[in-house]
Amino acid sequence: MLRFLLRRSSGAILILVLISAFTFFMFFAIPQDPAMLACGKNCSPDALAIIHKNLGLDKPVLVQYWNYMYGIFAGRNFDVGHCSAPCFGVSFNNQQMVWDTIKDRFPLTLSLTAGGLIVFLTGGLSAGLIAAAKRGTWLDKVFSGVSLVMSSFQIYFLGPVVLGIFVYSTGWLSKPKYVPFTEDLAKWFMGLLIPWLVMATIFTANYTRIARSSMIEQLQEEHVRAARAKGMGARYVFMRYAWRGSLIPIATLVGMDIAALLGGGMVTELVFSLNGIGRLARDSVVDKDLPTLMGVMLISAAFILIMNVLVDALYAVIDPRVRLA
Amino acid sequence: MTTLTQTEDAKAPTGSDAFLSVRDLRVQFSTEDGIVKAVDGLSFDLERGKTLGIVGESGSGKSVTNLSILGLHNRKATSVEGSMMLDGQELNGASERDLEQLRGNKMAMIFQDSLTALSPYYTVGRQISEPFRKHTGASKGESRARAIEMLGKVGIPDPKNRVDDYPHQFSGGMRQRAMIAMSLVCNPELLIADEPTTALDVTVQAQILDLLKDLQQEFGSAIIMITHDLGVVANMADDLLVMYAGRAVERGSVREVLKAGQHPYTWGLLGSMPRLSADVNEPLRPIPGSPPSLLNPPSGCAFHPRCEFPSLVAGDGKCSTLRPELPTGRAAACHLTAEQKQQVFIETIQPRLV
Repeated sequence: MLRFLLRRSSGAILILVLISAFTFFMFFAIPQDPAMLACGKNCSPDALAIIHKNLGLDKPVLVQYWNYMYGIFAGRNFDVGHCSAPCFGVSFNNQQMVWDTIKDRFPLTLSLTAGGLIVFLTGGLSAGLIAAAKRGTWLDKVFSGVSLVMSSFQIYFLGPVVLGIFVYSTGWLSKPKYVPFTEDLAKWFMGLLIPWLVMATIFTANYTRIARSSMIEQLQEEHVRAARAKGMGARYVFMRYAWRGSLIPIATLVGMDIAALLGGGMVTELVFSLNGIGRLARDSVVDKDLPTLMGVMLISAAFILIMNVLVDALYAVIDPRVRLA
Repeated sequence: MTTLTQTEDAKAPTGSDAFLSVRDLRVQFSTEDGIVKAVDGLSFDLERGKTLGIVGESGSGKSVTNLSILGLHNRKATSVEGSMMLDGQELNGASERDLEQLRGNKMAMIFQDSLTALSPYYTVGRQISEPFRKHTGASKGESRARAIEMLGKVGIPDPKNRVDDYPHQFSGGMRQRAMIAMSLVCNPELLIADEPTTALDVTVQAQILDLLKDLQQEFGSAIIMITHDLGVVANMADDLLVMYAGRAVERGSVREVLKAGQHPYTWGLLGSMPRLSADVNEPLRPIPGSPPSLLNPPSGCAFHPRCEFPSLVAGDGKCSTLRPELPTGRAAACHLTAEQKQQVFIETIQPRLV
């Protein structure tokens, strides 16, 4: 297991380096000079040159990339001050350390992910299990139908509708707002309730369908019938034999969804005007803010790779036939 | 000719005191295409310590019969009629709770493919001890000891260590042994073996059959051996039931049926079996045609479209209009007269079998 984790982690780091190089050089392939953006409208060639020097843009691209990567591990000095490792550079836009901005924004994204995850996992999996157990009954049809409708919704449609009904028309809930849960737990909860539920709506449907279909598949396995032939109860066989086999596809989906959400539930954050990682990513693209964009990209990619390794390790826990070496 | 089937006077006498007594079993599934009569009026008896072989092609109702005995058919889509008495207890219509008490305890099943019938997620030991704990209330330690004992009994070397292995760490033959251990852990009085050796190579097959025979002697269990391998039947069974299209077409002791079959379908089965004594250039003689659709079985005798001898039967087209019943005792469900059967067997069939 340790060897597996080491090997996979080193592979993940290599992939991260490739992603960083790709993003970095792609950025310099676009025709616009980033210093122009930092300089503003009435930019003189002298001012531009100073900005170029300050941002390190006067050096060759390869040297810039090397400095960037060096900074991540060892820190760098900028004219705005020292940037300690892990240094993702200074934003072209507001002269802030990128890492500080990401650290600022991350608790919101983490809260959004964790809360949403709890809602859609409990809702989706229990609905899927009930639908599979009651296959063919009206309950199954209702759950399957509702999940189909739910999965065809989009957050950018459902979000404004829910806001319109529960916030602007009736005033039952206040506008979503992030309050750190270390500050006020109740406000944290109420502030994120709408985003959680709206986001979970779409995800719940996916989990209902995957739990239902993989349970139905598992229930037709011969070993499930054999367990019944030993006299084991229907519920026991359902939860021990069939459920165990359904965990693999579910774990895969959970891993990918957590990674995607930690990398920023961009649509959710934009719809509810929440300042998380997703919004940061979008803004950095709009502003052509390379350091911020790079930082967000690398962090998101790291989450995906970490979750991938974790899910692979989880497979071995679930299924003894999977040997990790 | 409006009455296509005779009245059910050919039914075996009711109130049999056999250990397992199946009477006029009818199993039907409703599918999108219509009603499938998987088993259509089947009766047989089985005594303790005896082995009943059930042979027939795929789809002849062998497996369905046994799943119905265990109550493992899909209850929503299946209707089961008739009577299945196990040691005086009616199984048809018994509650799920009663059946759970019987399954794995008084009656157990050995599945065809141990690779799929054992869960890959739990150790062999756990899967063997599970029913023992449930049915006897034994503690974890006791049931583990029992699992080790059973593994030893079925011939797994070093059972103390192998008990913690997962099924994929066992070879095919060992897995089949482990599954037999799982079925026998509560000393069941009725053992249903659904093609227990089909997935194994012949040497392992012989070992497994010997093992079953030894265990039967030790526990005095009754065994139903479902197979399409007449060699297995000849080796294991006392009595034999030949099934075709959901009905029994011939019944008798193994010796009687294999040495002097009375039904054209049985003759076909015998003729399609390869013999070591035969010339290698001699082709096998398959039964022409394919098994009938159970959605819409042929009229009269279900075997008549594939039968070689309907022309011998007196009465024009009797085979395609009147369904022959299976009398009690040593018998075959065929319109040929006893003399005709004997004559055809001696003159036409036996020369083919030499």
